[in-house]
Amino acid sequence: MAMTVFRREGSRFLPSIAARPIAAIRSPLSSDQEDGPLGVRSISTQVVRNRMKSVKNIQKITKAMKMVAASKLRAVQGRAENSRGLWHPFTALLGDNPSIDVKKSVVVTLSSDKGLCGGINSTVVKVSRALYKLNAGPEKDVKFVIVGEKAKAIMFRDSKNDISLTVTELNKNPLNYAQVSVLADDILKNVEFDALRIVYNKFHSVVAFLPTVATVLSPEIIEKESEVGGKLGELDSYEIEGGETKGEILQNLAEFQFSCVMFNAVLENACSEMGARMSAMDSSSRNAGEMLDRLTLTYNRTRQASITTELIEIISGASALEAAK
Amino acid sequence: MFRQASRLLSRSVSAAASSRSTTNRAFSTEVPSTIDSTFVESWKKVAPNMDPPQTPSSFMKPRPSTASSIPTKLTVNFVLPYASELSGKEVDMVIIPATTGQMGVLPGHVPTIAELKPGIMSVHEGTDIKKYFVSSGFAFLHANSVADIIAVEAVPLENIDASQVQKGLAEFTQKLASATTDLEKAEAQIGVEVHSAMNAALSG
Repeated sequence: MAMTVFRREGSRFLPSIAARPIAAIRSPLSSDQEDGPLGVRSISTQVVRNRMKSVKNIQKITKAMKMVAASKLRAVQGRAENSRGLWHPFTALLGDNPSIDVKKSVVVTLSSDKGLCGGINSTVVKVSRALYKLNAGPEKDVKFVIVGEKAKAIMFRDSKNDISLTVTELNKNPLNYAQVSVLADDILKNVEFDALRIVYNKFHSVVAFLPTVATVLSPEIIEKESEVGGKLGELDSYEIEGGETKGEILQNLAEFQFSCVMFNAVLENACSEMGARMSAMDSSSRNAGEMLDRLTLTYNRTRQASITTELIEIISGASALEAAK
Repeated sequence: MFRQASRLLSRSVSAAASSRSTTNRAFSTEVPSTIDSTFVESWKKVAPNMDPPQTPSSFMKPRPSTASSIPTKLTVNFVLPYASELSGKEVDMVIIPATTGQMGVLPGHVPTIAELKPGIMSVHEGTDIKKYFVSSGFAFLHANSVADIIAVEAVPLENIDASQVQKGLAEFTQKLASATTDLEKAEAQIGVEVHSAMNAALSG
């Protein structure tokens, strides 16, 4: 019964089938059409098959990367949440002054070393650039300290002169407080600052990362502001225990604050990086899956079209023989 | 119908006004939000298309304001880089090892910023005393009877091994004797101080 259908609609069917496969594989023309044993042309599914294989491999790789990022996230997340209480006392004492007006600001940009982690590095760079515009002025000076390869690559292009220090490969060994305090010490020694603004991605949840800026003031500015009154005016009412002068204590305090805030910021940024990588790889494997579905449909269509073409040729050949008899 | 609409409108307006006033009241603690709003405004001028970044104060619970009378209990927040050991715990007294000596903190203490030296910190709650050996850090005592203690490293006293302490002390004393550069001397001195404090803590 199928054969009669084909014979009746043979003339109508043939051009439509022939047109579609050729339109679908127009670009790699030569490789599609193979010559069969009797000079019969059959359309090849090789190209589609190759594409399907590579897309399937990509899907496997991105799924594996997602699993790796998920396990790393679980490891860092606990530590980041435990370190969140670390900077609360400093903010309670010294307040949070992101809009403070100082002569020398240093923007510390935290980013990741590896890529494929979504948009977190570009948001951090955008915030850093906006902070630069906010704080640059006639007498005011803004310098960058960049942690992480990705931000370095982006900021090198246009802000090369303003970068005073770059740090990379921070996440190679598991993060701990000693390592971060050494880094903080390095920054404090090499860069002159009145206010340090640390830009990082705070880990809100696995799919949400909030760009955050934490401000740490230098001891001189703290003294000045506390004398002037206003935000830090209450600081004067605090007695100082230990140490010779108030300045010395404030110096230690500012350094300790910086290392604590950096520690929390670095951990939060690492969490955000893992979370962003997880969601980026997840959407990538989903895309690969969809592409694979579409390619499978194309593959089946091509395959069925070539079968149909073969059948038609055989049948028309047979009917021609019969008619000749 | 219009009467009901006006009633609804007045109710919504009064609700909005009261909510605005309650939020204003909620911000009247130690960290007011006025500086944040100037930051947001100046941000909008520079980068109008981008949302302003968050600041740490938005992630922190506001602190209670200073009470008029001295409260009965001291609220202690003891934080370490890897954990918040005590957070918001109400205790009677805390003894902290400041650089000027052991300092007792009771509710209603004068606001103080104290630098800590290696030593024992003990938390007294009724008859319960919990002792920690603290390496160093800072302690902030606020006017509202909240004590913030930040230490780089702290261990409960039970977890310290006496024999290791003796070994460490001997090692660092020897290093101090054989130290040549200033840096080595300083490092060895720190080691000796910490170990002798641990020794004293274990015995005393």
